[in-house]
Amino acid sequence: MSESAVLVSIAIGSTLASCVFTLFADKYPSILKSVVFPLLALSGLTSMGACLLVLTGAPGFSGVLPIGLPWLFWHIHLDALAGFFLGIIGVITFSISLFAPGYIREYIHSDYSLVVLGLATGLFITGMQLVVIANDAFVFMVAWELMSVSSYFLVAYEHKESANRHAAFLYLLMAQIGALFILLGFGVLAAFAGDFAFESFRVTELTPFWAAVAFGLGLAGFGMKAGIVPLHIWLPEAHPVAPSHISALMSGVMLKVAVYGFIRLVFDLLGDLHWSWGIVLLIVGSVTALYGVLYALMQHDLKRLLAYHSVENIGIIYIGLGLSVIFFSAGQTTFGVLGLIAALYHTLNHALFKSLLFLGAGAVLSRGHERNLEHMGGLIHRMPWTALFFLIGCISISALPPFNGFVSEWLTFQTALQATMLESGVLRAVIPITAAMLALTGALAAACFVKVYGIAFLGQARSRRVRHAREASKGMVIAQGLLAGLCLLFGVLPTTTVAALNRIAYDLTGHRVAAATQQGWLWLTPVDPKVASYSAPLILLGVLIILAIWASIYLLSRRQRRIQPVPRKAPWDCGFGPLNPRMQYSATAFAMPIRHVFRSMMRLQEEKIREMDPHLLTRPVGLRYLFHAKDISWHYLYLPVERLLHAAARRVGRIQTGHLRHYLAYSFFTLVFLLWLIT
Amino acid sequence: MNTFIIWLLALVQTALLVAIAPLFASWVKRIKCYLQNRRPPVLLQPYRDLRRLFAKKVVLADNASVIFRLAPYIVCGTTIMAAAVIPILIVQIPIASIADAIVLVGTFALGRFFLALAGLDVGTSFGGMGSSREMTIAALAEPAMLMVVFTLAMLASSSNLSTIVTYVLNQELVLRPSLLFALLALILVGIAETGRFPVDNPATHLELTMIHEAMILEYSGRHLALMELAAQLKFTIYAVLIANLFFPWGISQSLAPGALLLAVFSIAAKLTVLGAFLALSETTMAKMRLFRVPTFLAVAFTLSLLGMLSFIMLEGH
Repeated sequence: MSESAVLVSIAIGSTLASCVFTLFADKYPSILKSVVFPLLALSGLTSMGACLLVLTGAPGFSGVLPIGLPWLFWHIHLDALAGFFLGIIGVITFSISLFAPGYIREYIHSDYSLVVLGLATGLFITGMQLVVIANDAFVFMVAWELMSVSSYFLVAYEHKESANRHAAFLYLLMAQIGALFILLGFGVLAAFAGDFAFESFRVTELTPFWAAVAFGLGLAGFGMKAGIVPLHIWLPEAHPVAPSHISALMSGVMLKVAVYGFIRLVFDLLGDLHWSWGIVLLIVGSVTALYGVLYALMQHDLKRLLAYHSVENIGIIYIGLGLSVIFFSAGQTTFGVLGLIAALYHTLNHALFKSLLFLGAGAVLSRGHERNLEHMGGLIHRMPWTALFFLIGCISISALPPFNGFVSEWLTFQTALQATMLESGVLRAVIPITAAMLALTGALAAACFVKVYGIAFLGQARSRRVRHAREASKGMVIAQGLLAGLCLLFGVLPTTTVAALNRIAYDLTGHRVAAATQQGWLWLTPVDPKVASYSAPLILLGVLIILAIWASIYLLSRRQRRIQPVPRKAPWDCGFGPLNPRMQYSATAFAMPIRHVFRSMMRLQEEKIREMDPHLLTRPVGLRYLFHAKDISWHYLYLPVERLLHAAARRVGRIQTGHLRHYLAYSFFTLVFLLWLIT
Repeated sequence: MNTFIIWLLALVQTALLVAIAPLFASWVKRIKCYLQNRRPPVLLQPYRDLRRLFAKKVVLADNASVIFRLAPYIVCGTTIMAAAVIPILIVQIPIASIADAIVLVGTFALGRFFLALAGLDVGTSFGGMGSSREMTIAALAEPAMLMVVFTLAMLASSSNLSTIVTYVLNQELVLRPSLLFALLALILVGIAETGRFPVDNPATHLELTMIHEAMILEYSGRHLALMELAAQLKFTIYAVLIANLFFPWGISQSLAPGALLLAVFSIAAKLTVLGAFLALSETTMAKMRLFRVPTFLAVAFTLSLLGMLSFIMLEGH
């Protein structure tokens, strides 16, 4: 047994063991802190270990487990791609195992069962781990369903609120429809291969038509889970209502598992890539990215906003994949690999910063009991560490140098710039437009996170509970610090990361970008040093110099400050008397200009309610403003489908007359029909 | 030895740009005053203002957090970093390979992120209003800016600023529609990004119209000085970008003293002319309503897109 196999078995074994121990959690809640979460941490660490092993060149493993159906044992396999995604699962699992003990404290004496929470979490992580190491369609689907169903229980965990039950049902419905598509996609492959093993899928040649069908089914099935527009509809409903560490797992990891499935299907199993698939991916990706960020801007529920940003980032990943497919199909393998690397890099980055942000939102929720941005404010004074790490998350997701989000977007841009190498004029024109959409998305994301950070953490507290919030527990802070550190690390060492990702690409496609890492760890040169170069460590050096200058001025003036402290005065209020927290800019107001610009792309509901004095009907006592941005895909896609289904069901319902003789007749004619069929 | 000199030169040219930034802003103001029949302040007035502000004590608002105190340094520092990576006097500076044109846009975005946060930090409506408007305008300007960068990058097959300048310098003198469109787009983007007419008015404190001034309303002392310097420097950087990317003639390709001297004079002449043009356009235009600005930026974006498409359709290969 190779080392990686040992690590992976420990990882899965300890998650399953955590499920067993969690059964006693209701009786002895302390078992969670002392056994269950340490086991999850161990699972995370060993997953990361396996990832590091295969990415540094150690061989993976293949195996056949003696479980499953009599004629269909479970095939498992760990290669560089699977190892990479296992590593992502590991990192986030490890950090939530640090975060969760502090977070779930409030559930201990609540009406909700800790057993359900622990068990579903364990099974959920097991499911994801199994998905990435599955090597046949059967295991893949079993693991996929394990992942979907256990996460359903997590979304529905706080089931006493009807909104949560509704969200969970929507999630389960969409997950099952998605799984059906994936199953059909595998079915196409299995029909040609005559077998369910991925090994046989790989060697099978599909006809172009059926390859396109399998691609379409995969896009819809995995896209349903990943949250591409318009299949994302469950995501902003389900992610916010789960406990925050679970939201981090779902947004940070589960969506990535869907991306993994898609990459495995398209780049590994399907064989030859067709350029039109790339166009589809580009369009889907850019629409998803822009749609996600625009709706994120309109939200004032922090977790819902983050969920919409997951939609946006999935779009960015799909843009990278689309570029990769186009370049591979055109025979420009170097740039194809570059696009794939950009997509994988962004996958990693999104896992890190989105989990970080969800954990930060969780810390705010657990200490300030508030999810609504309009009631937050001034948290930087109350929760300085959370504020620092959340700031790092915001900078990373806004794609600003020198953090990690910037590197992957930069790589995507660099890939798009190579469009001049393509023969087709249409492709050469479409790719830059996609890049412009990506640029718009990035800039809007920055605006959105200025809003989030500025409204939630800066200014003055807008509600009493937030005004008295305390810093989160040590474990919660450390978990965020870890992820924030990784955001910086992967932002500053892009060359090392790209070298590791190169191995995955080589493993998967047989090609690599040699030039990217030739100039040493200091320089990232994706195509050629003359074409483009970026030195993240030197940019960081610049930022550090700035911080050092600030710190030295601050420290040097310390003595002077002691004699004469920096005067603090009330801010300018135009001479109208003291300002109060309600006079600050609100999140809705902040996004107003952008809403105005893009208003044609969404359905906005604005309501101004004037409350009148009940005794004197002409005297207003208050004015309330309600604002809600409804997802247009509900209006244009889901509601019509629902109406159609209802109408169809009513038609079909007519045969249910309620008379026994009619039902007997139905049975009789069915029997006759079947007899006629078999003779 | 040669590398030492060239690094030194790179630092010197950055320092020079930082040093002349207030002068350039003052020059534009001076021409504007002449055109509007007003008496201009002396040319060195911005330096006096900066000196006075640096000497003054800082006063903080009650609620100001560490972000508010840190932001001036980040904003000014990132702008100086941006100044360091653009070719000003010499084409091939080693520092330019730290950051290509896309990273340059990212560096500006980092500064703006902190500027907007600082606006929200104190918790007054002015700051929030300024931040909100700034981020909206930036969100619309950035795609146009990147499309300009893409057009140039596709033209020169490189997104490194040095390589782009070398390419434009060495091509034969033909009128390329893509370059023309990109130039127009970059001018519009530069106007929006640096808060000039008709997008923002740097000279006003009227709450209905101001953007940049609203964000820095609570600043004082050296913090305000840094913010002012950053704004002037950003303005100058955009001017240098326009001058050197589209009219690179005169920029030095070697380390010879004569060529360097010529480069100094040529960039000075280019900035003088550009400043005069800007003053003229600011005098003949009225400030736009805020909700007209998106249209203005849509024009910039369309122009940059046209530049890109005309390169792909007409000039590719």
